Amino acid sequence: MSATLALLLRRDLALLLSGRRGGPVLPILFFLAVAMLFPFAIGPDPRLLARVGGGVIWVAALLAAILPLDRLVEPDLELGVFDQLALRGVSEEAVLAVRVLAHWLSFAPWLMLATLPASALLGIDAATLRVVEWGLLAGTPGLAALGVMVAAITCGLRGGAALGGLLVIPLAVPLLIFGAGAVAQAGIDGGGSGLALAAAVSLVLLAVAPFAGAAAIRAGR
Amino acid sequence: MQGGSGTSDRASVGLSARGLACRRGDRVLFAGLSLELGPGAALHVVGANGIGKSSLIRLLAGLARPYAGAVRREGAAGLLDERPALEPALPLGKALAFWAAADGHRAMAEVHRMLGLDPLLDVPVRYLSTGQRKRAALARLIGQAAPIWLLDEPLNGLDAAAAELVARIVGEHCAGGGICVVASHQPFAVPAIGRLELAEFAA
Repeated sequence: MSATLALLLRRDLALLLSGRRGGPVLPILFFLAVAMLFPFAIGPDPRLLARVGGGVIWVAALLAAILPLDRLVEPDLELGVFDQLALRGVSEEAVLAVRVLAHWLSFAPWLMLATLPASALLGIDAATLRVVEWGLLAGTPGLAALGVMVAAITCGLRGGAALGGLLVIPLAVPLLIFGAGAVAQAGIDGGGSGLALAAAVSLVLLAVAPFAGAAAIRAGR
Repeated sequence: MQGGSGTSDRASVGLSARGLACRRGDRVLFAGLSLELGPGAALHVVGANGIGKSSLIRLLAGLARPYAGAVRREGAAGLLDERPALEPALPLGKALAFWAAADGHRAMAEVHRMLGLDPLLDVPVRYLSTGQRKRAALARLIGQAAPIWLLDEPLNGLDAAAAELVARIVGEHCAGGGICVVASHQPFAVPAIGRLELAEFAA
């Protein structure tokens, strides 16, 4: 079982990273494009940009996380991969848990890397950047779990991708509040409480997502 | 894994269903279906389109829950349907290698040669024809080495020679103590194959 899961993780990672299932390049470019739009929209005032910058990066990360939704579960369901794995004793829960991990690994490191140029565009100082990066580290596992869960729930539906985006946004609000809130609090307590709460939300989503997604896939069979 | 342990002990292989009923949406497709298959048994499920052949296969595989009744499987089940479970973007060899690894790396070169897949191993799966994809899925099924085979329209898209080959492979599987259930509207030339008219159980 665990050997099969390791094999599955390697396969998922290869597919998600290679661009055969979208790949991280487009979402990351989209993230940078959104971060770049804000200075154009609200003007080049450095003080204002530095003040809203942390929140802008969080909004951009959330929007970028919506892009790969339709490639996360649907292709494997159409191919019958879930059925074949079930016949080999690998439950849908296990497949989705592996998928969350693979999705996070193929997405979060690049996002955190792209945050460096994005924060330069927004004029964010080093101390704030540190809190933003810690926040992304705490929050992106939750975003990955949420993405896989919503992808499993909406797969097979017509217009599932658009519906998936609509479902992710409200469910990601707690992550956004605590993650961006940590940036706002950085001057007071170093953002520690916000980071802890963002990590807590991530843990809840990680615990729920494989089971909710698997139930949705089985109900849809 | 189930696939590995299933082959060693073929004497205890069995597939049975009792009072099986299947519902799709708000329509009951069939009801009161019972069957009992032991080692070496082959069963050809026939019936018109939409009568529930594929649904029966999925019920027997345990991938769908019956509306009524129960299915009992002794031994792992392998499924062949219209979805090959092979990644379209990958070369066929790599796509098959994933399942070969999942099923414990049996020597697959002989199987590939028998199914005429050798020249196709470098071709991305999405460029393969329907028949070639079906043969590739068959290689995956053979590699799984499950004692119970559930085949849903295995002859679709195959030419006469390949169809003959499939019948021979199924015959060998059953001769070796395996069980095979075939849902197909085409004749299936396997010795001593039973026949199940699904229309008799239509609700």
